[in-house]
Amino acid sequence: MIAQVTEGLKAEVKGLNFYYNNIQALKNVNLPIAEKRITALIGPSGCGKTTYLRCFNRMHDLYPNNRYEGKIILYPDGLNIIDPRVDPIEVRMRISMVFQKPNPFPKTVFENVAYGLRVRGEKRVDFLKERVEKALKQAALFDEVKDRVNDLAYNLSGGQQQRLCIARALATGPEILLFDEPTSALDPTATSKIEELIMQLKKEITIIIVTHNMQQAARVSDYTAFMYLGEIIEFDKTDKVFTHPSQELTEDYITGRFG
Amino acid sequence: MSPDEQSVVDIRKRIAFNKLRDHIFWIIGLFSTLIGFMLLFTLLIDLLIDGFPRLSWQFFTSYPSRFPEKAGILSAWVGTTLVMIVTAATAVPLGIAAGIYLEEYGKKNWLTHLIEINMNNLAGVPSIIYGLLALGLFVYFLKFGESILTGGLTLGLLILPMVVIATRESIRAIPNSIREASYALGATKWQTVKDHILPYSMGGILTGMIIGLSRAIGETAPIITVGALTFIAFLPASPITSEFPFLSFRWLLDPFTVMPIQMFNWVSRPQSGFHLNAAAAGIVLLCMTLLMNGFAIYLRYRFRRRIKW
Amino acid sequence: MIERILLFSALSSVFITGSIVFILFYEAFGFFKDVPILEFLTGKQWTPLFAQPKFGILPLVTGTLLVTGIAVVVALPIGLIVAVYLSEYAPFKIKEVAKPILELLAAVPTVVYGYFALLFLTPLLQRFIPNLSGFNALSPGIIMGIMIIPYVSSVSEDAMKAVPMHIREGSYAMGATKFQTAFKVVIPSAFSGIAAAFIIGISRAIGETMVVAIAAGMMPNLTLNPIEPIQTLTAYIVGVSLGDVPHGTLEYKTIFAAGITLFLMTLFLNILGFWFRRRIREVY
Repeated sequence: MIAQVTEGLKAEVKGLNFYYNNIQALKNVNLPIAEKRITALIGPSGCGKTTYLRCFNRMHDLYPNNRYEGKIILYPDGLNIIDPRVDPIEVRMRISMVFQKPNPFPKTVFENVAYGLRVRGEKRVDFLKERVEKALKQAALFDEVKDRVNDLAYNLSGGQQQRLCIARALATGPEILLFDEPTSALDPTATSKIEELIMQLKKEITIIIVTHNMQQAARVSDYTAFMYLGEIIEFDKTDKVFTHPSQELTEDYITGRFG
Repeated sequence: MSPDEQSVVDIRKRIAFNKLRDHIFWIIGLFSTLIGFMLLFTLLIDLLIDGFPRLSWQFFTSYPSRFPEKAGILSAWVGTTLVMIVTAATAVPLGIAAGIYLEEYGKKNWLTHLIEINMNNLAGVPSIIYGLLALGLFVYFLKFGESILTGGLTLGLLILPMVVIATRESIRAIPNSIREASYALGATKWQTVKDHILPYSMGGILTGMIIGLSRAIGETAPIITVGALTFIAFLPASPITSEFPFLSFRWLLDPFTVMPIQMFNWVSRPQSGFHLNAAAAGIVLLCMTLLMNGFAIYLRYRFRRRIKW
Repeated sequence: MIERILLFSALSSVFITGSIVFILFYEAFGFFKDVPILEFLTGKQWTPLFAQPKFGILPLVTGTLLVTGIAVVVALPIGLIVAVYLSEYAPFKIKEVAKPILELLAAVPTVVYGYFALLFLTPLLQRFIPNLSGFNALSPGIIMGIMIIPYVSSVSEDAMKAVPMHIREGSYAMGATKFQTAFKVVIPSAFSGIAAAFIIGISRAIGETMVVAIAAGMMPNLTLNPIEPIQTLTAYIVGVSLGDVPHGTLEYKTIFAAGITLFLMTLFLNILGFWFRRRIREVY
């Protein structure tokens, strides 16, 4: 049951099917992604939420025997980002991702954040410094690392490393930011810092977040989709999904009867 | 057997026997492990006793001669150095490139499989066969002659599998999450290799390269086969010239000798005076080898500390 | 573009193997035009440089096998015992010292081992075996054996490490000692890997050149007596290469005939070893 979204859309998923080695992992997914809002995806392990997320930045192209069917339309230009004629690198320059386990490069804090810009050929030192500082501030990390910007990223704590990865993803000014269970490897304090950060970020950028923590989805998101066995069971405004779910399956999951 | 069928005394006897046998084996095992150490130790002492007195400035700066006291290793160690330059220049770029291809670009098709089988098989081919290959291919077919270029290429091919294997193992140690992070930021495959894969695996690659070179320094058989001379009283042309462009490649085609061949030549002579020279050459050779291996082990340790996966 | 350059580099391995096979067969073909293959395989004398040349490869093959046999008798049992000791018994500190020493043992240039065999071990053995000739098969055989111990022990040890702990625990739980567990449970489980280790050791011994060239002699001799001088396939190639060998002469081709014999022997062993190593992966 997919509710209508009355606000402006950043992207729209139409008839998305996905196959790993001819095994179907996503079935006829149709989903609107509201602009500058947080859309959360919940569901039990193995339901396909990460698979769905990785379609948005063509991560599946990195591995053999994967196949997309359907469309993911990006607005305002109407580009279908899973069209095989569209270069995945171009897609990844418009849509960034933060991974489940913090994965900073074994380089300095500065070089980590600057990497996305360097990849685009940016060499001007002043420009890089300015963008890195801006991204670190957006990720609420600047104050903690401003004296350590040339230190190895590995010396930061887990929560700081994850915020570093967020800064790295933001430095290039993406249109959509994807979060793949961003706090599942972190302690509660670090988790709440990042949740706060995500809610701040939505003022500037569209966000899609996959999480197995329902309370997190309820706290943080504007819209929630519930997925099960590769299909979208229900999609609606978050408070509606969590207080008056229209599908029985959704209600069972939310009340903890399974998953 | 239950306790009433076999008396307690019998069981204890059996246990004592088993334990004794276990203990004896422990001693045999320790001793066997030490055999290698004892051999190495004896070898070193033997070399040092005979060879150390011969080590002198004169030894390092003289050419071989008919008189053992006057002979030296000048042409040999210069030849070794020049040959090693060619060896490294061959094996390192080729080996690293092949390793990168197999780990980052290769797809699981028959071609990649064929390449891998060949790479692994070549590691087990006796070194003298490489000498025969080089004789036919480099000396006669490509007309490089019996030169430093041929010697260096031969050894380069010999240690190529080592460099490839070291490169592959270092690259494999890099977790996939780092690659994904790079691609997610819009990097191309080559950018990911250039900015991440290569720098992070450099430690392992360098180690493999140094171990390969230290093996190449001691290789004698293939070099004899391609025609290195055993009595050579002149040096190859210098790579550095006094006029523009200050760099010359003439030395590549010059005849040469290397350290292990010099040692072989002296050992094969009946006069005991030459045997002392051989011991001295052996000491120098061992020092070169052990130093390189030690350096490689140190590098491995340093790099392992800097990057913790 | 870049991918093509990298692919080309990787193809070098195929190119090298192809060239080796081509050259060996090409020159050997030239050789067998002049020398009947039957004489080559069954003749008992190898005197290709004499006025009345004889081309029987057997003396060189037996020379190779004799020295290899001695080396193997030394290296395989000791290598296995060392592997068992390091894998099942040795405390960490001893392992830390032993493993680098074994690596160093394998890193010493073979000329140096040859020197040691000729000038230290042979005279030493002559005190106990008065008939021992100055060049013989025993001394290089023993040295080669010790030289190969690291190869055998490290591959065997890897094979034994791969045996899961719970299999050993089953044995200990029944009151077995380390010795019994090692020999009755671990070694049989690691059999394929240990066989592969043995094969690597044998292959290495067959291909060894300098130790035998220096200490075993340069006289082909069809014998199984280790106190006599012999010549191996590898030493023959070196011996001829030391002199003047004009390209294209029959003499030149004889080293390729010896080479192809050597190559086929080690190829056979390598294939066998590969087969054994594949069996390990199937078991676990």
